[in-house]
Amino acid sequence: MTLKIHVDMEKCQHYGQCVFDAPTVFRLNEDDKLEYESTADDSERDNIQLAIDICPMQAIKFVE
Amino acid sequence: MTNPVVIVGASMGGLRAAETLRKTGYAGELIVIGDEPHAPYNRPPLSKEVLAEHVDHAAVAFPLGEILDDVQWILGDAVVATNLDHHTITLASGRVVDYGTLIIATGLRPRRLDELGRPATGVHAIRTLDDAMALRAELNPGARVVVYGAGFIGCETAATATKLGATVTVVGKGEVPMLRPLGRQLAEDIQRRHEAHGVTFLNNTRIVRILGDDHLTGVELDNGQTLECDVLIEAVGSLPNVEFLEGNDIDIESGIHVNDTLHALHANGEPWANVYAIGDVARFPIPQFDPKTRRVEHWNIPTEMARKVGRQIALEHGDDAEAHAAEMAKEFTPIPSFWSDQFEVSLLAYGLLDQGEDVRLLEGEVGGDCLYGYYRDGKMVGVCGIGMRQKVMSYRNKVGLNFEPE
Ligand SMILES: Cc1cc2nc3c(=O)[nH]c(=O)nc-3n(C[C@H](O)[C@H](O)[C@H](O)COP(=O)(O)OP(=O)(O)OC[C@H]3O[C@@H](n4cnc5c(N)ncnc54)[C@H](O)[C@@H]3O)c2cc1C
Ligand code: SF4
Repeated sequence: MTLKIHVDMEKCQHYGQCVFDAPTVFRLNEDDKLEYESTADDSERDNIQLAIDICPMQAIKFVE
Repeated sequence: MTNPVVIVGASMGGLRAAETLRKTGYAGELIVIGDEPHAPYNRPPLSKEVLAEHVDHAAVAFPLGEILDDVQWILGDAVVATNLDHHTITLASGRVVDYGTLIIATGLRPRRLDELGRPATGVHAIRTLDDAMALRAELNPGARVVVYGAGFIGCETAATATKLGATVTVVGKGEVPMLRPLGRQLAEDIQRRHEAHGVTFLNNTRIVRILGDDHLTGVELDNGQTLECDVLIEAVGSLPNVEFLEGNDIDIESGIHVNDTLHALHANGEPWANVYAIGDVARFPIPQFDPKTRRVEHWNIPTEMARKVGRQIALEHGDDAEAHAAEMAKEFTPIPSFWSDQFEVSLLAYGLLDQGEDVRLLEGEVGGDCLYGYYRDGKMVGVCGIGMRQKVMSYRNKVGLNFEPE
């Protein structure tokens, strides 16, 4: 199963906390702005959930 | 074990503990008790964007997943007493709850200065959503605001109030705001950036009296001067919420003392087998730094402690003794991380900056983007930057005293 991920870029403050929990999905680009994959393999579910929990702005969501 | 797991404190720490218990397979009775009327919500925005924009519960509420469907929430009722020998807690409503395992996540409350005078309105602190809503209602354009306390929450609130059109003075007893965690050079730099936005700093200054009967009229300073103001925000530090534990044989000196498995301790240092403390209220060891215990009031800590405690308890209730033993043996080595937004200054830091004796500007420049290292005994104990996020992040796993330099 493929997971769909959405980050509310109005909320995201580019703190990069998510990067440590799910580095295959989230990264900061050269301008220190968040970039992310909008889909990921189900094996990444737990890591992405960790990122969702630890995001200070609560900006990350799974899309049904 | 039939008695429920009871969590006291329905904020981030309590919520993440409940989630972890369920995710790790604990299916028994689970009760979360909080004295605030609200379901768990995110606190950091209270001094930042929420205060600036629109304050209500929906704006900050944590999502509650299905996994929590059969959790029993008791909100708006405080725990007022505990009997750890008999495994009972008593609520303000008079209700008594038995527990099998107790997780304490009661956090901190702002230190208040009632003894200096207490007008009926105009004096505020920020810890809860209700605090932020009450303050927001008085932060009108043109309001004269005094912030007492030049720590992170004080400085963030000063920035937010200025953005809302208030005229803000920060009164602080130190030589520079945020001196202790940040070090002089960076702290002075941030003070200047605040001043460029019109914030006034009165350093080395204390408030000795708060004036006004019905509404606040001003504050009297220790230099004899009186500052007229409409709003006073007390941001002079916090006290751990531990009074409901008094009368038990438990070490609650300056927070609840816990060991490396986050068990609360008797006065003699022996652990209570079924009592844990997590989050801001806990005083715990971070072994990669030193053997001391400390409270760390940063956002990532409640979640990391909650996960460890939740897994330990769930596995203890399961039938895989080996998995439980492995979880108990797993070292708890969280890396404190925090951020702070004040005007265009957006700080990101890892480690324990206040342990640094020697602070060095590693990259960038004063007044612009910059990155500071905090060293003790030649080892990096913290890193903090304005901008330069990726570089700050690259140091995250290198802070601590036990790490040998590469
Ligand atoms: C305004 C503000 C801004 C912040 N900004 C940042 C930031 O930018 N970066 C950062 O890293 N951290 C920040 N923090 C810190 C962060 O919010 C805390 O570390 C975090 O909230 C701690 O979570 P906790 O669950 O341990 O405790 P808390 O969130 O304090 O929750 C404890 C809960 O227990 C309840 N309680 C207390 N006593 C009882 C009782 N006897 N019975 C029942 N319930 C009780 C309390 O009312 C509260 O709801 C900020 C905090 C505040 C207040
Ligand atoms: S943790 Fe949240 S705020 Fe930070 S970069 Fe990731 S999505 Fe954005």
